[in-house]
Amino acid sequence: MPNDMILLLGVNHKTTPLAVREQLACGKGYEEPLHALRNIPGCKECYLLSTCNRVEIVVVAQKNAQVEEDIAKLLFGTSVAPEQRQDYLYVYRNNEAVHHLFMVSTSLDSMIVGEAQILGQLKEAYRHAAELKYTGPVLNKLLHKSFSVAKRVRSETQIGASAVSISYAAVELAKKIFGTLENKNVLLIGAGEMAELAAEHLVSQGVRKVVVANRTLSRAMDLAKRFNGTAVSLDELFSQLEQADIVISSTGAPNIILHKQDVQPIMRTRRNEPIFFIDIAVPRDLDPELNNLDNVYLYDIDDLHNVVETNKSERDKEAVKARRIVDEETLKFQNWIDGLSVVPTITALRKKADDICRAELERTLCRLQHLTADEQKAIEKMASAISSKLLHDPVSFLKNENCKEQNEVKVEMIRAAFGLEDKD
Amino acid sequence: MGETSYLLFLMVLTASCMALIFYGIFFVKQKKSVRTLARFTLLTAGVLQTLYILFRYLQTGYTPITSQHETIVFFAWSVTWAYLSFQWRYTVKNFGTFISLLLFILLLLAAGASRTINPLPPALQSWWLPVHAGIAVISYAFLALAFCGGIMYLLQERELKSKRFGYFFTRLPSLDSLDQLNSHCLATGFVLLTLGIISGSIWARQAWGAYWQWDPKETWSLITWFLYAAQIHQRFTAGWRGKRAAIMAVIGFTAVLFTLWGVTFLLGGVHSYAQ
Repeated sequence: MPNDMILLLGVNHKTTPLAVREQLACGKGYEEPLHALRNIPGCKECYLLSTCNRVEIVVVAQKNAQVEEDIAKLLFGTSVAPEQRQDYLYVYRNNEAVHHLFMVSTSLDSMIVGEAQILGQLKEAYRHAAELKYTGPVLNKLLHKSFSVAKRVRSETQIGASAVSISYAAVELAKKIFGTLENKNVLLIGAGEMAELAAEHLVSQGVRKVVVANRTLSRAMDLAKRFNGTAVSLDELFSQLEQADIVISSTGAPNIILHKQDVQPIMRTRRNEPIFFIDIAVPRDLDPELNNLDNVYLYDIDDLHNVVETNKSERDKEAVKARRIVDEETLKFQNWIDGLSVVPTITALRKKADDICRAELERTLCRLQHLTADEQKAIEKMASAISSKLLHDPVSFLKNENCKEQNEVKVEMIRAAFGLEDKD
Repeated sequence: MGETSYLLFLMVLTASCMALIFYGIFFVKQKKSVRTLARFTLLTAGVLQTLYILFRYLQTGYTPITSQHETIVFFAWSVTWAYLSFQWRYTVKNFGTFISLLLFILLLLAAGASRTINPLPPALQSWWLPVHAGIAVISYAFLALAFCGGIMYLLQERELKSKRFGYFFTRLPSLDSLDQLNSHCLATGFVLLTLGIISGSIWARQAWGAYWQWDPKETWSLITWFLYAAQIHQRFTAGWRGKRAAIMAVIGFTAVLFTLWGVTFLLGGVHSYAQ
């Protein structure tokens, strides 16, 4: 490893506008760019991640500046002038590269911190590179580590726990009221885009029926068709309220369309079945007083925004914890990398043999109390002679200068065969 | 024998305390492994309680539901097993934490009460004792579960209505599951309570010669019964649920507690055997 480095180059949503990201040569498909990467002189292992928010390349390569230049050329292709690349591109080496990869896998570098999608994309990208056998001992270890770091962050922090978009917040609240959303009915009042978005999330949770009530019936029918629901006119609103469990209102009406005194008798017919009103219209459609009725829950757009904001600040607290985990794991990985060079491996090997000798000698000698001091010394000598003769071959195999470029493989092999892996 | 019995009781107390600690940790940390540990500990506590009650039965020669200490232990035992039988069918998130808290408080009260064994008064020497007292106390256990569920409902409902989500919001289950819990426990508890009162009345006819004699305990049992009857009636006719049902479960349980202890200490009457 001493002559190699881990190199990470990439662009993401923070550094590069979508228009540029779309133009990137590596943006589509995996195989071709991976082949091209592998063919760059000095590149030993390579891997490529390409999602809609980022394109990142990680290679293990010889320490020289040309490799970096070649990869950048490959990444941007002809779409970006070389002098402009520096504005978009970020380059990390060794420790920093490891740290960045962990930040990505744990979603700390994502647009929405805490999202789980990136881990799946990372695994997919790794699968492509591994199938082509373009990953070696270092990248294999590094990527597997990045998966386990992501898992650790997920189980030790609450980073992915809370909803950070309005639609998700609405679903989360509905679940706290109803438990499961299966066999619940959704009523959309007004057929705006926001209502559509919110309804989409609810439908993905398996609600039973969607009813759309709108002033113009044709628009209602269009929307109802999307969700396999039914369309009704606004005049039927009250009778529909008797069956609905979740009501999303988003009309352009200038005044309140549903008052407390309208809903009160409906609650009696509903036998107090709970009902959840979501008012995303501005100005508001629903009487704020509704929330004071028993078994009626009303959230308007500001309330939902507040929920999202609280969740965000909660999540930021968790992100601090997650960063600490990433730092910790980066350090651990660095220790592993350091162990990959020949000298520490030989030291570790000798230490292990010495430890075993000492332990075994102690056990044997205390049972053989009648031996003289000289005899004891002789036995000790024999033990250390056996161990050093046994070690002679593996050590000279490691020291062999003839196949230096395969040092990592050799070191990995010896470490695994003699159980020198650090337990983490 | 007294020593062994005391030792068993200490074990019951320890196991329940451990269960409370584990459930408490689970409540804060929300780790599944801790929950498994907590459930196992509570099950152990339940088994130990059973052993203690059996042991006490052998020791005294009658069903141990007469003195304050015995009644509370039997109450705790019923709560534990009512909860375990309930949990076996379906789980309500973090319900165990509240139950184990109630359980530990009950057992602490039992620890404070005198454990001396009094000779059984002649009036109680009947096989009606386990039937009547047993059923009544078990019904209280189910009503206690409804009470805990009601408290949880009120906490969660307040968070949802005020739109300010504190510590409890993520840790408490959905309103719907708590309302179902209320309905189930209420139904079971009410049937048992009715049976308890009927069996008591038949026993009273045999022992005292009249089905009903307006003894304070009887009166208060009847008041409790009416409270729950009204609640059930309203739930099935007018669809009383949610917050109102939760409040009623809390009020009903206060009446239960008064019937169980308040009457004995404040009002006296023929039911007050255990002093």
